[in-house]
Amino acid sequence: MSVQYKSIKELKNMLNNRDISHTELIQETFLNIKNNSKLNAFITLNEEESLKKANNLDNIAGSGSLAGIPIAQKDLFCTKDLKTTCGSNMLSNFIPPYSATVIKNLENAGCISVGKTNMDEFAMGSSNETSFYGNVQNPWGENLVPGGSSGGSAAAVAAGIVPAASGTDTGGSIRQPASLCGISGLKPTYGRISRWGMIAFASSLDQAGPMARTAEDCALLLNEMCSHDEKDTTSIDEAIPDFTENLNSSIQGLKIGLVKEFDLSKLDNDVVQIFEESKKHYESLGAEFIEISLPNISLSVPTYYVVAPAECSSNLSRFDGVKFGKRCDNPKDLEELYIKTRSEGFGDEVKRRILIGSYVLSAGFYDAYYKKAQQVRRLIKNDFDSAFKNVDIIMSPTTRGAAFEAGSKGDDPIQMYLEDLFTIPANLAGLPAMSIPNGMVDNKPIGLQLIGNFLDESRLLQAAHNFQISTDWHLKTPSGSKS
Amino acid sequence: MSWETVIGLEIHVQLSTDSKLFSGGSTSFGAEPNTHVDLIDLGLPGVLPVANRGAFHKAIRFGLATNAEINQTSTFDRKNYFYPDLPKGYQITQMALPIVGKGSISIEVDGEEKIINITRAHLEEDAGKSIHDLFDGETGVDLNRAGTPLLEIVSEPEISNAKEAVAYFKAIRQIVTFLDICDGNMAQGSMRCDVNVSVKKSDDTELGTRAEIKNINSFKFIEKAINFEIDRQIRILESGDSVVQETRLYDSVKNETRSMRSKEEANDYRYFPCPDLLPVVISDNELKEIKDNLPELPDEKERRYVEESNLDSSEAKIIASSKTMANMFEGACAKTNDSKLVANWLVGDISALLNKDNIDLQESKLTADNFALLIERISDKTISGKIAKSVLEEIWETGNNVDAIIESKGLVQIQDESLLEKIAQTIIDNNPSQVEAFKGGKDKLFGFFVGQVMKETQGKANPQSVNEILKRLLS
Repeated sequence: MSVQYKSIKELKNMLNNRDISHTELIQETFLNIKNNSKLNAFITLNEEESLKKANNLDNIAGSGSLAGIPIAQKDLFCTKDLKTTCGSNMLSNFIPPYSATVIKNLENAGCISVGKTNMDEFAMGSSNETSFYGNVQNPWGENLVPGGSSGGSAAAVAAGIVPAASGTDTGGSIRQPASLCGISGLKPTYGRISRWGMIAFASSLDQAGPMARTAEDCALLLNEMCSHDEKDTTSIDEAIPDFTENLNSSIQGLKIGLVKEFDLSKLDNDVVQIFEESKKHYESLGAEFIEISLPNISLSVPTYYVVAPAECSSNLSRFDGVKFGKRCDNPKDLEELYIKTRSEGFGDEVKRRILIGSYVLSAGFYDAYYKKAQQVRRLIKNDFDSAFKNVDIIMSPTTRGAAFEAGSKGDDPIQMYLEDLFTIPANLAGLPAMSIPNGMVDNKPIGLQLIGNFLDESRLLQAAHNFQISTDWHLKTPSGSKS
Repeated sequence: MSWETVIGLEIHVQLSTDSKLFSGGSTSFGAEPNTHVDLIDLGLPGVLPVANRGAFHKAIRFGLATNAEINQTSTFDRKNYFYPDLPKGYQITQMALPIVGKGSISIEVDGEEKIINITRAHLEEDAGKSIHDLFDGETGVDLNRAGTPLLEIVSEPEISNAKEAVAYFKAIRQIVTFLDICDGNMAQGSMRCDVNVSVKKSDDTELGTRAEIKNINSFKFIEKAINFEIDRQIRILESGDSVVQETRLYDSVKNETRSMRSKEEANDYRYFPCPDLLPVVISDNELKEIKDNLPELPDEKERRYVEESNLDSSEAKIIASSKTMANMFEGACAKTNDSKLVANWLVGDISALLNKDNIDLQESKLTADNFALLIERISDKTISGKIAKSVLEEIWETGNNVDAIIESKGLVQIQDESLLEKIAQTIIDNNPSQVEAFKGGKDKLFGFFVGQVMKETQGKANPQSVNEILKRLLS
């Protein structure tokens, strides 16, 4: 029985009904991984360990809500005794002695981590083209990028290899690839999921989250990924609800905000058309639309490209060739050790951001850039706070368009940075946001973004699930519609 | 023309917490290299710091003891620079909002009291150690110390000479040891300081250009380094040149300071708020509890010793000024009633032995219990004061119990008057010429007879009884 394109919920039923054994599921998964090797979605596979775990589950009744569910882990999460590269040459030899909290949480729930997925180097990129381990192919088209930085995770789910993958989202790295690959992805409230063991890009923005075929699966994953973690002081100590509880409740009367300042006229007609259709669909489900203003939202991208590089320039200082990771050959002195190791270990995009970050933090420029950016960030957050007094969620397209061709953004980083126009504000404000498939442009999927209030993931998932039980965009696959 | 010196000190105090400032790693000194290093200390990818509240409590104690403002909300910043013993490539410190604000401390130099204002005291993590001389052509890195909590205490530039600087450093050391927030062990680097020195003409209102001398860890070197630096700067200024703002190192072998790096070569540390740590908030209750449990400080102890134990103020001051001395005094007094005698011995014979060996009381073999026993045995006349000195010397060497020493060496004082009288009579009988001379007016010979009795009894005779008996027999 084929397991390709099955959701977590479907696989759980199959396992419970003994339609398939745990071992068969994992064997089938690795077969699918190998049949799709041209996607280059994985950097490291964990086959032996996965089969061992599956075998255990077959012999001993497994516990945990996700027992036996194969999951692909973004290669940014530290996995004990399993190579973790973060998409970089710098960590091409790094085998962590510990696992990230979110990895532990998922594995404690019974998930089997089948491998580590390809990604933009240190999560810096929107097309997976900055990975040291090569581009990832979007399953929807040979030359198409899967988006980034969680490109491998998105491609693995979109190709139906795994029902679920972990991702991280600093400026859109879960939602943008989810949109471009036609899957569902959620970036929770900042602090919902522990950052312990996530290799930091921009600490005040980074947040892990689930990527799956459906909103319902995202809820199942989120239930297990969240925890208050004493190892992460920014982790939130608030009750964690059962995110599946309200999925099927009606959204009659749901107030959805439309951002006045998001100028959709600059988008492709098709994208606008699809967005309008989704609006209509939500109206038919009983939602009401309210125009809201986020006056400072246009400053999001420049603000992000000061704050994120600043933090990254400091976070990436530890990669110096002294303690772990790559070290250059035969440095003649300490200075050369640093220069050669970091020149050889980092790719261009990472270097660019370290340079930007060092610049905006340097003496004489700090006030003009970093401090100002933090002030603007506060204003953007205040804008959202005001808006959420009048609406329950905010809706926008996730991306400006569907997947683009590899290399098409050329050497212009600004064009690439604008990919995250709609997704960045939620990171700056620390708010939960998700992307769900809502249409096709030239046989390429595209996503709808829902932004929620602080800690209000349940409402996002409810709105997304209501959309999905009455539409079939999330059921489309590169090999045709799923029955 | 007269020159005026302006000095400011930055003292790094290693806080005596069990674990590090941001990890559970142990802070104990002297372990094998890189054995007290956990994932966080190593700065592994993905790890996060968690602030050690105990370190905050210790910092607050210091603030309260120096009448400082306590910032109940304080924050952490990153100071970015590359060095192999700095695992993350940045040090987490408190730049913008330190836990302790403005305070002050009183020092005494040549009998004059002076108040030195303290600008701030902030928490930060220590770096590891680079070892350059152990491996040929390579540098070793020991990260045991990395992450150890430091309290950096920054003084206002109000110190006028080397003597004051040393007095200030000693005053800080006294406070931190009494507060039990640092062991004060300078040889192990538990306290180190950076000294900023500048010189200006007496009537100039603006400060001169300063040089910073890094990382000095002894009273003696502080004094020498400052004096060298003052001379150097005055020489430069008098020759018409100007002092360069720079960081210098003190070479204790050559007794000179040497340039390490100039202002232009200085790092741009690119400080910014550490995004991994939320502000640390100290509640009113937490602050009150620390305040209520603040250990007694030297001034209060001194007052109490005079009032409750009837000590002279000079004795009280000496004992109260050292934590270990005060502990020994209080420990012994808990076991014996004669606090005056305890104080006499501490200030007298024990201090002399400490000076002779150049050690601190805590490094000696004397315990408060054994010391109290020694005093008891003097009070109950088991041994004489003179014998007690030799018992103390024995303790100093072996640490043995007072009673055991008295017994094994047969040092119990001879109280038996008839026995003493018999011995005295024999000596008188055997020395007729001395008796004659004494009776003829040579009073000094009395000492001869006492000495002979003592010699005969191996010093164990009760001196008072001997005096009385001899006076009677020779009259």
